[in-house]
Amino acid sequence: MSELTDLSIEEIRQISVLTRIAMTEDELDVMRTQMSNILDSVAILNEVDTEGVEPTGHSVNIKSVMREDKRQDSLTQDETLMNAPQRDGSFIRIKAVLE
Amino acid sequence: MKSVNLETITIAEARRLLDNKEVSALELTKNYLERIKTFEKDIDAYVTVTEDRALEDANLADKRIGEGTQTNLTGIPMQLKDNICYSGIPTTCSSKMLENFVPPYDASISTYLKNENSVLLGKGNLDEFAMGSSTENSALKLTKNPWDTSRVPGGSSGGPAAAVAASECVFSLGSDTGGSIRQPASLCGVVGMKPTYGLVSRFGLVAFASSLDQIGPLTKSVEDSALVLQSIAGYDSRDSTSLDVKIPDYVSNLTTDLKGFRIGIPKEYFIEGISPGVEKSILDAVEVLKGLGADVKEVSLPHTKYALAVYYIIAPSEASANLARYDGVKYGFSEKNAETMWAGFENTRSNGFGPEVKRRIMLGAYALSAGYYDAYYLKAQKVRTLIRQEFEDVFKNVDVLAMPTSPTTAFKIGDKIDDPLQMYLNDIFTIPANIAGIPGISIPAGLVDGLPVGLQFMAGTLQETNLFKAAYAYEQATDWHNQAPPI
Repeated sequence: MSELTDLSIEEIRQISVLTRIAMTEDELDVMRTQMSNILDSVAILNEVDTEGVEPTGHSVNIKSVMREDKRQDSLTQDETLMNAPQRDGSFIRIKAVLE
Repeated sequence: MKSVNLETITIAEARRLLDNKEVSALELTKNYLERIKTFEKDIDAYVTVTEDRALEDANLADKRIGEGTQTNLTGIPMQLKDNICYSGIPTTCSSKMLENFVPPYDASISTYLKNENSVLLGKGNLDEFAMGSSTENSALKLTKNPWDTSRVPGGSSGGPAAAVAASECVFSLGSDTGGSIRQPASLCGVVGMKPTYGLVSRFGLVAFASSLDQIGPLTKSVEDSALVLQSIAGYDSRDSTSLDVKIPDYVSNLTTDLKGFRIGIPKEYFIEGISPGVEKSILDAVEVLKGLGADVKEVSLPHTKYALAVYYIIAPSEASANLARYDGVKYGFSEKNAETMWAGFENTRSNGFGPEVKRRIMLGAYALSAGYYDAYYLKAQKVRTLIRQEFEDVFKNVDVLAMPTSPTTAFKIGDKIDDPLQMYLNDIFTIPANIAGIPGISIPAGLVDGLPVGLQFMAGTLQETNLFKAAYAYEQATDWHNQAPPI
């Protein structure tokens, strides 16, 4: 984290690709300014000495839980597919993955 | 139809009327549906009003009351924030992405409320995917503050807070990731409570930031808040972070005697930027607490000033992962005009999400990306540890902390929407509780220029009983909770 963050348009474009959010040039530019400002404001964390401090992922202690390997009721196929934008029988239709 | 004064009615009062057969659940429900018809055009607290569901629920409740098998919430008309799934009823998250999504299953808390035969009046408006502090980020509705309809209700649970304040339901359930129950409760003059992380099941709550999200009640009184929490708290095997703990009797522990009760006033919550009216209201409230016998002392939480920055790394990071699922394939909005599958994803997400949601997804993706992970995400998680420890230490010496909920009263619609950083500052006093996973409550504590001020209490992990005790004692000693908006 530098003192003043100045993200480049290319960096923002790369994030828009990674997050699969299509953006116009104007949108990229607005996002560049806003994200740079937000990252500047979080740079305050550099003041904090965290040497030897363990990170907290969750505020409660979580342990993995197992359930018995037993059949349980679940949603039906119809219920599972009821919100699919393009349903085709018991399938969801999408554009070709491989051209 | 027997008419009831809805402006003052609490769960406790409605329970008495229903149990004594002075009013039926159906009559009560029809009263609310009428009131919703009258006030919604000015307030817009609901995304969906579920009239048919409500009338059916009310009939079921009356049957049960007739049999004498009712529970605390049987026949009580309520609302759910529209990011809580209820089978067969649209759950939109106030996003174009989920505008037509109808969940085929219930959130666990929806099941609990159904089991009690509560009455669902509808779903409450929110900032899109609960990201915001004014409910202006809703893609579907602009909710107005019942105290002044030119002002915001706060957010993200702005619909629930406005609905309770305008008496368009007896209670509502919201979600709180950085203050989204407490801050709108403060701005709308109602009681809003965020439980300890893990106390209430998150199953069926549409995920925003999973290590911070928690469901909680918005009510007209502290007693109601305790009643609702009693019904929804408890272990749920479908939530991997659910706490398996014994749930105390919150209601029977309410008391107005604060003798020997230790209340800490953290000096870091009285800072530059807090409005003078809010500060005075809170300092007046502290005097009331002293008068009730509380042992009040100043304490210090030096890492408070880092909580906002920690939040704006952790919450967007988790959001970027949680919201990756919206691709227009399995459910939700789908942009069909695309040449390729990838272009379909990109256009779906570009046109389905609003600006704040995009901002947080991209910020989170950046903070988690190779080369920046240690500097941002890991650093924030380490500071999170320090903030947690600081709270743990302070709660060795005090039973609760008292502070303002929000630095200001309700602001004008449009005032902060173009400046994300200004908007984020609204949550500066509520975020630390989410970072640490501890419970917090906001209760009415005054009016400044006709707008409500919220007094916040925080307590240690699973110390909800202490939280309610302080809030109830203050409420009973003052008249602020009886003030109704001028609508």
